[in-house]
Amino acid sequence: MSQATADPRMIRARAAPKRRMRVSWSDPVFRAIVWQVVIVGIVVAIVWYLVGNTNANLAARHIATGFGFLDRVAGIPIGESLLPYDPSVNTYGRALLIGVLNTLQVAVIGIILATILGTLIGIGRLSKNWLLSKITAFYVETLRDLPVLLQLFFWYTLLQGLPGPKQALHLGSLVFLSNRGLKLPLLEWQTAHTAAVIAFLVGIAGAVLWNRRARRQQEATGIRPSVWPVALALLVGLPVVVWALLGAPFDVELPALRGFNIQGGLTLSPEYFALLLGLVTYTSSYIAEIVRSGIQAIPQGQWEAAGALGLSNGLALRQIILPQALRVIVPPMTSQYLNLTKNSSLAVAIGFQDIVSIANTTLNQTGQAIEGIAVIMAVYLSISLSISLFMNWYNARIALVER
Amino acid sequence: MSQSAVTASEHVPTAAREQVKIPGLGPWAWARANLFGNWWSTAITLALGYLILRVVFGLVEWGLFNAIWSVPYSATGVPDTGVCQEAKGIGACWAVIADKYRLILFGRYPYDEQWRPLIAVLLFIGLYAVSAMRRFWRKELILIWIGTLTVIGVLMYGGVFGLPLVTEDFWGGLPLTLILATFGLAFAFPLAVLVALGRRSTGLPAVKLLCVLYVELIRGVPLIAFLFMASVMFPLFMPEGVTVNKLLRAQIAFILFSAAYLAEVVRGGLQALPKGQGEAADAMGLTYWQKTGFIILPQALRLVIPPLVNTFIGSFKDTSLVLIIGLFDLLTMGKVALSDPPWQSFSTEVYIFLALIYIAFCFAMSKYSRSLERDLNRSRLR
Repeated sequence: MSQATADPRMIRARAAPKRRMRVSWSDPVFRAIVWQVVIVGIVVAIVWYLVGNTNANLAARHIATGFGFLDRVAGIPIGESLLPYDPSVNTYGRALLIGVLNTLQVAVIGIILATILGTLIGIGRLSKNWLLSKITAFYVETLRDLPVLLQLFFWYTLLQGLPGPKQALHLGSLVFLSNRGLKLPLLEWQTAHTAAVIAFLVGIAGAVLWNRRARRQQEATGIRPSVWPVALALLVGLPVVVWALLGAPFDVELPALRGFNIQGGLTLSPEYFALLLGLVTYTSSYIAEIVRSGIQAIPQGQWEAAGALGLSNGLALRQIILPQALRVIVPPMTSQYLNLTKNSSLAVAIGFQDIVSIANTTLNQTGQAIEGIAVIMAVYLSISLSISLFMNWYNARIALVER
Repeated sequence: MSQSAVTASEHVPTAAREQVKIPGLGPWAWARANLFGNWWSTAITLALGYLILRVVFGLVEWGLFNAIWSVPYSATGVPDTGVCQEAKGIGACWAVIADKYRLILFGRYPYDEQWRPLIAVLLFIGLYAVSAMRRFWRKELILIWIGTLTVIGVLMYGGVFGLPLVTEDFWGGLPLTLILATFGLAFAFPLAVLVALGRRSTGLPAVKLLCVLYVELIRGVPLIAFLFMASVMFPLFMPEGVTVNKLLRAQIAFILFSAAYLAEVVRGGLQALPKGQGEAADAMGLTYWQKTGFIILPQALRLVIPPLVNTFIGSFKDTSLVLIIGLFDLLTMGKVALSDPPWQSFSTEVYIFLALIYIAFCFAMSKYSRSLERDLNRSRLR
């Protein structure tokens, strides 16, 4: 065998097993090509047929295709928007943009809240306290078995059944909950706050650099310099100092009852609040299961080994358990984030104007069914793709480095 | 060595016996270990215990003791909900369920013919029960499915054997939900297997590309977008004069949608199967379909039964979304029942009724999935 590989002639003879494809049914390569041509041909024929029908139908109904309608004045009243919007002036394009922003607003805040709540409940299910673990198990089992739409309706009617603004439920004079929604205090944003946020970002970069330096030092000398005082100074001290230097402005706009309604402050409409509540509680029940199984997937021996090395419980959790558990947790978590984003389209059922709701109104008004659906699909595909790309990047970062 | 063993045997028994005695004996010891382990645990127990007692007592009082079970009707058959309005916030008004349960369960199906959807629902449940039993996991099960679904279709639609014709516009409630879910899965599953096989195929790059595009496009878009597509775009796809009814359109959208998710689950099973199985089948000279049908699929599907059942649960819950395109499924019928003026303000009771039905189905499925997982893993746990 070794002689054969040493002989150059033999290598040449082996490296050229190329044979011609035979035009015969018994040749797998030929068969594969025939099958592919047949299947792709069928799919193309179906699409061709549907496109032909669609063109004929559109011509019969005198509907012009194209995205020209985006520049027309929309006339869709929109209750909540992050951008200034006037239905009598602004175009369909802007209305759809507002829809996208509304969807993102629900999705981003929902994902953050659901992750926090889900993690807490998942850890609660592993608690040694019998009552806590049973209650969290009940929470998970019940919410997972109910359609999210039913939950949204439930929360929405519950919020609508609340007393009016005059008898609003309140926490001091800070938070008001009435059938007009949730009112929260709003910080009046000034340059000092922007500066403090920038200082915080600088602090994060500094803390990361410091941590890297500490790790280098630990690898060189075996002694790890303490990180947390520097990190605390950078993350908390620096923004506070910047904020104080700029005059420490702190003006909070409190909601207050004026006339028949509660004015001022930050408003979460009943629709938005119900949607957020429903999506967060529903998704958190799935996230709780993911977190629980992720932590349980780590063998007890890992804890014991960490203990044997003299690591404290907290250090063992941070350095040994979590890095391993995250590898199990991150991929299913990604699909839950995608699910929450897609479920936010149920907003249309309770009257929150997200992209599906506005696109649906648009296609009903203009008759541009294909374009309307195309907009919805494009928006969700790009959101899904961004979340997937980000989570894949994160997953690759924390993945086990193998040979 | 032997010396230390001897000395150890002199000490261990007494210490070990005393240690065993403390936990696990008597309710008080159990409570101390599981409820009052340390001050933190004690605080949680007390706070949670208080909350639970309050909520449970409140619910029992609201749902049982102070509940109104029936209301008087006027001569024209209009319910007089005065009693319920008075009890609002103090007691539940179950009279709304007593008045509306047939509407919620069977929709607008002709009142005198409602035994037909009832039998259909029972047949569905029987079908699920039979499919869940492992001794029926053989080829004949496919025949049972085809037979039962045909009987259900005939029963619901009528027009033969002296049954009056009831078109699908009048179908609604629980049977519609079960039809959407069951027919959806029955058609989506074979499609999903084909797509998963296509996505795994190495020799057919064009087919693989088609399957990847199909799965990823559908999984990236919410079901609602598909249902909208079915309701507004599907009529444009059809040649002039051909109309397809709304239920069938939604059903097709539902099948295409579930198939993408099922395909990913099946692909997981195909990936988890050791490569040697396929290679061994090739070495035996089996054709592709023999290899797939006799060697690969039986093992791969068995691996993914628990996630498959979870996907079924998801699809079952997703049927409620057809509310948005105006089909009368269980949830929609709940909303319809609530649109009756006398009952408008008793939504909580109706939603609880609906929730119990959904929970009954989903909980049975998830319980079954877990027991199955235990059974199938038994060989691996040994």
